[in-house]
Amino acid sequence: MTNQQLNSGNPSVDIEYRRRKNAEEMRYQVISFSLMIFLTLVAFASVAMKDFTAWFTMPFILLLAVVQVIFQLFYFMHMSHKGHEAPTLFLFSGLFVGLTGILAFLTIVWW
Amino acid sequence: MSTIAQKKGFGATLWDFLTTVDHKKIAILYLIAGGFFFVVGGLEAVFIRIQLAIPNNDFVSAGAFNEIITMHGTTMIFLAAMPLLFAFMNAVMPLQIGARDVAFPFINALGFWLFFFGGVFLNLSWFLGGAPDAGWTSYASLAIHSKGHGVDFYVLGLQISGIGTLIGGINFLVTIINMRAPGMTYMRMPLFTWSTFVASAMILFAFPPLTVGLTLMMFDRLFGANFFEVAMGGNTIIWEHLFWIFGHPEVYILILPAFGIFSEIFSLFSRKRLFGYSSMVFATVLIGFLGFMVWAHHMFTAGLGPVANAIFAVATMAIGVPTGIKIFNWLFTMWGGSVKFTTPMYYAFGFIPSFVMGGVTGVMVATAAADYQYHDTYFVVAHFHYVIVGGVVLAILAATHLWWPKMFGTMLNETLGKITFWFFFIGFHLTFFIQHFLGLWGMPRRVFTYLPGQGFDAANAVSSVGAAFMSIGVLIMLYNIIMTSVKNVKVGNDPWGDGRSLEWAIPSPPPFYNFKQLPLVRGLDAYWLEKMAGKKGMTPAEPLGDIHMPNSSFIPFMISLGLFIAAFGAMYHRDHSWGMAVLILGLLVTFGSMFLRSVKDDHGFHIHKEDLVDESDKGVKA
Repeated sequence: MTNQQLNSGNPSVDIEYRRRKNAEEMRYQVISFSLMIFLTLVAFASVAMKDFTAWFTMPFILLLAVVQVIFQLFYFMHMSHKGHEAPTLFLFSGLFVGLTGILAFLTIVWW
Repeated sequence: MSTIAQKKGFGATLWDFLTTVDHKKIAILYLIAGGFFFVVGGLEAVFIRIQLAIPNNDFVSAGAFNEIITMHGTTMIFLAAMPLLFAFMNAVMPLQIGARDVAFPFINALGFWLFFFGGVFLNLSWFLGGAPDAGWTSYASLAIHSKGHGVDFYVLGLQISGIGTLIGGINFLVTIINMRAPGMTYMRMPLFTWSTFVASAMILFAFPPLTVGLTLMMFDRLFGANFFEVAMGGNTIIWEHLFWIFGHPEVYILILPAFGIFSEIFSLFSRKRLFGYSSMVFATVLIGFLGFMVWAHHMFTAGLGPVANAIFAVATMAIGVPTGIKIFNWLFTMWGGSVKFTTPMYYAFGFIPSFVMGGVTGVMVATAAADYQYHDTYFVVAHFHYVIVGGVVLAILAATHLWWPKMFGTMLNETLGKITFWFFFIGFHLTFFIQHFLGLWGMPRRVFTYLPGQGFDAANAVSSVGAAFMSIGVLIMLYNIIMTSVKNVKVGNDPWGDGRSLEWAIPSPPPFYNFKQLPLVRGLDAYWLEKMAGKKGMTPAEPLGDIHMPNSSFIPFMISLGLFIAAFGAMYHRDHSWGMAVLILGLLVTFGSMFLRSVKDDHGFHIHKEDLVDESDKGVKA
């Protein structure tokens, strides 16, 4: 069986649609990229601020990190696209199981 | 490549099985190896019951008794129940979703050989200075002070076979997500496939904590670390948590496929669509989900504090709800059905009351306050044998009868099967029912003997008689298997006559490519729908074409063998100067084989269309 190219030379491919989609995708990437840079700056700023205690800074930086991971996964690794339902499900299930374990260790093992 | 079967010599057959990547042959390997370890674990159980049959017995010493109970538990869970379920998953799941093989046939073979070598390594401990003796849970405070190499065998053996299970589970997940036949949506998958899916997802999340725990234990025992050594600032409780974060999902990994098997049986032999299919799927997923939030109920008496105990107690009791949904759905499947009493249906009937009893005692031990009374007594032993033997083992025996014709093309004798059932079922209740009371009367578990006149004598004698009954049942089944294989009367596609799912639409045993043309699935119970529409077989979803097949490979065997050798090196490197050399040699074999696999292109082969066209059916059937 020969490998069939799915798009090249196929007259029914809507070039206009593709172009619009790509432009949209690019816009999201640029927006999330600038947001990520901004969040990084905020993280550095919060550490640089003398007035904040570690009790505020540490959870705050972790929160920013979580937001950045979500940006990374959904916009740069295309998890927002169709066909990524199974990886999404397993990623969050794994996260849930792992975080439950960490929570348990933090509360009842190393008390 | 010819598709015509040829008579082969013993050597050729052996080489075929050593190198096979075919899911049906790997299933047979799992069945043989799992069956062997089941007999080994069963013998250990018999030794336990002989030792405890009368008070003050000296059949085995206290030390040997500890080794026997440890190996009984470890063997039965890791080397018998899991592989036997993997055998049926391998044999049936790809057929049920209309696939030609699993997603990664090479990995499938690797998973088997890793399990096999891990299991062999663990059992070699009997001949090399003593088996592990710290219980199947191998709590660190006991295990790191255990003399000799017993616990090292446990740690390294389980690590190797655990890798096999993990990659096997991932393989099943990818297969079910990607390789379903056209029309086979998630909500049209048979319940056994669904339970395989959920159990595999649980393997994916549950085995890494075990891997971590075993690695820490390995460093503690073999390389001088102190993760669990309290005197050196370690924490022995960490092992308990890691073990049960794995261990509790593990028992659901065992029971969910058992539920799947019984769902198939109830539906098939009631000749009726499974009652409440979507609620069954929901319950399966929910049990899988809740299974990760209850592990600390094994540690109620470890001093977690009242808040943690209460949370885990309530979470545990919540699991009773989806399990109850399942029980009622099975009952409603039979209600109004045209029930046929075959051997698998006997097991399914026996399963419901047995498992419900195990579930009820489960809620009892889940009550944290009451558990202080039950903990470490025979009540707990009775409880988990009711759910594991009454659930998992009955399911494995039922599935053996149900799918034997699909795996081997011959039908096990029904009369002998029913005799097996009665011996096993009566023996099971005789052995374990009385143990509830032994526990409530105060007999602790894991003791090698007891004094006369404490009220334990008669009950223990009854329990041991029950073990004899179970043994007779298993022997009759072995006889049945041998006689059936010797007679070798071949059967057709659908030997039970009422097959519902896709595996019954193809020959028994299926050709090595399974489906000549992938079938078109029109709904739940795909084959049944076609039969009800008056068709003889499935409608094909594709024109007849070349089929791409993977080549056999000896590399999985070599990769696993390398780890097996390395494990000996790791274990003996402190005692003998050659230990480190053996460790390096073993790892070289493993990584060398993996390297060879990586650089050697293996594109498999094609079965050509012309070879598939058969004069008799013109190649129009799926």
